[in-house]
Amino acid sequence: MNVEVTPLPGIGVRKDFALRGGRRIGVVTHRDGKIELIISKSDDPDACLAELPLSADEAGALANLLGAPQLVAQLTEEHRDLPGIHTRQIPVGPPFDGRTLGDTALRTRTGVSVVAVMRAGQVHPSPTPDFTLTAGDLMVTVGTSEGLDNAVRILKRG
Amino acid sequence: MTDTSLELIELGAVFFGLGLLGRFAGRIGLSPIPLYLIGGLVFGEGGLLPLGGIEKFTSLAGEIGVVLLLLLLGLEYSAAELVTGLRRSWVAGLLDIVLNTAPGAAVALILGWGPIGAFVMAGVTYISSSGIIAKVLGDLGRLGNRETPVVLSILVFEDLVMALYLPILTAVLVGVSLVGGLTAVGIAAGVLAVVLVVALRYGRFVSAIVDSPDREVFLLKVLGAALLVAGFASAMQVSAAVGAFLLGIAISGSTAENATKMLEPLRDLFAAVFFVVFGLNTDPASIPPVLGWAVVLAVSTTLTKLATGWWAARRQGIGPLGRARAGAALVARGEFSIVIAGLAVSYAAVDGELAALATTYVLLMAVLGPVAARVVEPLARKLRADRPLTNPTTAH
Repeated sequence: MNVEVTPLPGIGVRKDFALRGGRRIGVVTHRDGKIELIISKSDDPDACLAELPLSADEAGALANLLGAPQLVAQLTEEHRDLPGIHTRQIPVGPPFDGRTLGDTALRTRTGVSVVAVMRAGQVHPSPTPDFTLTAGDLMVTVGTSEGLDNAVRILKRG
Repeated sequence: MTDTSLELIELGAVFFGLGLLGRFAGRIGLSPIPLYLIGGLVFGEGGLLPLGGIEKFTSLAGEIGVVLLLLLLGLEYSAAELVTGLRRSWVAGLLDIVLNTAPGAAVALILGWGPIGAFVMAGVTYISSSGIIAKVLGDLGRLGNRETPVVLSILVFEDLVMALYLPILTAVLVGVSLVGGLTAVGIAAGVLAVVLVVALRYGRFVSAIVDSPDREVFLLKVLGAALLVAGFASAMQVSAAVGAFLLGIAISGSTAENATKMLEPLRDLFAAVFFVVFGLNTDPASIPPVLGWAVVLAVSTTLTKLATGWWAARRQGIGPLGRARAGAALVARGEFSIVIAGLAVSYAAVDGELAALATTYVLLMAVLGPVAARVVEPLARKLRADRPLTNPTTAH
């Protein structure tokens, strides 16, 4: 993907790229760290349809939503030969904010394995039991349907 | 009542009044600058409520306002941004100079203000208000637009031109000979080049001198350094404002960002005083005779800025709508036109009517600029929709 980086003197940097349909999508990063999501108009590629200010948390959550399905799709593809094994992304709820992966005891309680944790668009692969979780993290997990359903419940309610 | 208590009351009334004006401006989406000028006209000589006893403070505070305006302008751009801006936009920048200095100079010559008056008015009509424009672009959600870097790099170019123009103006105003004037140009260009090189290579050392983790110490050091540099520059006839601008460029990185954050409220305070003082020194009765010329200048320089932006955006492959937006964005004039006019008036080398014309012109342009930036897009779309065969557009 060819990301175009354009300095905006006195304001910050614009980073964007063209989608297949011709629209541009990207971000304006202000010098003080503020981020805005930009999407160009369809009838006027020079102008922006929207400029949405995002907080750091919001930008991270959006990056997770965009990044996690790809990882899940890739893992599903790899597990296709093993019937009964599924891959799913599960959000970490407030009960485990600031606690470790070991505290969830997912493996013992549901038999589900945590393959990776997605945070702010970044993949943390093979987390160890002392990995500290934050509310809003997405866990990429592998297990049986039933185990995964239980894991969803545990991560949501504690 | 003692003198001090009267002065405090007057000053308090002025600041409080400005606060109310600023709030009103924010409500209706205007820059507060024209309202500050009107405030000055009302309080000043020949106005409704002449104030006495605080001139000493307000005139010095106004000077500090100019220093801070230029210091923060310098802080806003890093040396690297200035150099890239210069490289990218010098052709558009030259067109900008030719088109937008001409109307001001022509009107000054017609009014018989001589070459010095022409030089001053050329500066007044040339320089766009980067403060107003950056705010309007942000408010209208145009920071991600493709024409925005074109607009910003023209502003960067204009600011560099200011750094050369102000010392020359100072030299011209004190009445030096041609040789003296050329020397001033040479010194200004030399100093600007040296500062850019120092800022590019050794910016961190300059930053280290003023930087401090303690807010209070940092504020005092930055402000002290700015006033020292401005004072020495002024003593050497290079214009206090330019000294502060160059110091701003030399300070870089996180130091610049912190300094900007800390000095912004101070700048707003002292710059407001500067606009009021400028309004104070303008007799409201002198405005009606120059109103016609101010309108002529407003119309002609709106068109010339539109043309500049249109042409510069077209060079970068921007579509017609974007070109119109770039042109309209550049229309606003404001703080720096008043800085130039204020400098000229303080040397009394120009006709008294010049202050009145500059005030009226900025009153018009500071209001017209944001309005032009807003209405240009619907207007351009409507114009295009009238010719659907050549330029098909889809409505939103």
